[in-house]
Amino acid sequence: MVNDPATTEARATLLAVARSVPDPELPVLTLGDLGVIRDVRQAADGSVEVDLTPTYTGCPAMAVIADDVRDALHRAGADQVRIRTVLAPAWTTDWMTEAGRRKLREYGIAPPGPAAHATGGPVRLAFSVRCPHCGSPDTREVSHFGSTPCKALWTCRSCAEPFDSFKPL
Amino acid sequence: MSGVRTLPPLAAYALALGDDALILAQRLGEWVAHAPQIEEDVALANIALDLLGQARTLLSYAGEIEQAGRDEDDLAYLRDDRDFRNVQLVEIPNGDFAVTIARQLVFSAYQYELYTALLGSGDATLAGLAGKAVKEVAYHRDHAVQWVLRLGDGTELSHARMQAGLDQVWPYTEELFDPASQLPGIAADPATLRPAWERYVTSVLSEAKLDKPEPRWRSRGGRDGLHTEHLGHLLSEMQHLHRTHPGATW
Repeated sequence: MVNDPATTEARATLLAVARSVPDPELPVLTLGDLGVIRDVRQAADGSVEVDLTPTYTGCPAMAVIADDVRDALHRAGADQVRIRTVLAPAWTTDWMTEAGRRKLREYGIAPPGPAAHATGGPVRLAFSVRCPHCGSPDTREVSHFGSTPCKALWTCRSCAEPFDSFKPL
Repeated sequence: MSGVRTLPPLAAYALALGDDALILAQRLGEWVAHAPQIEEDVALANIALDLLGQARTLLSYAGEIEQAGRDEDDLAYLRDDRDFRNVQLVEIPNGDFAVTIARQLVFSAYQYELYTALLGSGDATLAGLAGKAVKEVAYHRDHAVQWVLRLGDGTELSHARMQAGLDQVWPYTEELFDPASQLPGIAADPATLRPAWERYVTSVLSEAKLDKPEPRWRSRGGRDGLHTEHLGHLLSEMQHLHRTHPGATW
């Protein structure tokens, strides 16, 4: 890829298009908020190549996400789009943007805490998760696992509402 | 797809790890709508989904290396039991909830050590998968530990059943650490995973007031395609649709 200003600008546009695609399971979030679009390049043959990283290896939304990105780039004028699944570096919830975290909270899902605490060492520290409905820190985990691989099931002791919490990963 | 094929060592390695994940995913899926509580239906299905994701990556990779045109679906749906390379631990029936949780403890603790070791693999695909999977498996292991503690250190009945579950799966754990094909710098030598696994599981058992079983026999042969009678039944259910409508998509 040539590094002239026009190419840089074209790349930025393509990246913005790919990152603005909504997540199929959490439509309040864009793929950019989620941090799963790692790179977009114009290949030598003129086609557009997208590096996409899965949140979970078994995430069933991956095929839909790839199709949606392809469609969005087609609409933006790219004829040939290639989606590359990139496993490394592994996706982490730390890549989620501040805007994404705010949107999750507004949608009723508690955003993820720092990932290092979830996976480092044998003792897993459970950070208190704030209720996205009433803001109370007096909550408890009902189950590590929820309606999608990326969420856990929590309930609030203050307002008694159940809620989803995005798991730190 | 009859007859046992000789695969390149790296393909055989990926296939063995992939088969472990695939078969356990299928077994855990059987719990959906049968678990003691709805949260467990969801939890076990989520764990199964993670394992299925790992299996898809590993089976696809094995097919790529083999270069015989087999993709993940061909490998999952069109092999017979003698061509599967999983350990017998993952194919034995679920039993009661305690048996399943005992298996989850020993297997997720093993996978945690396995993927931790593979983080340093010289093979980019294995290392990349390990980086993702180790984080998922940390949740699986934690889920199992919570139940082992709750049941083992619970009532007299829950303790007895947790101990019985453990006694039932323990003879199948030995196979996880049998020597695999030598791929230095790429594969994880199973024997080296054992000390950390043993330490971890033993500490959980002692905290749960459970005895470490001392079985008088051990399983062997899964990695060579020798399986219990249970695998064929599992495959008949898993493969039925694909074999009835080959190549069907939606």
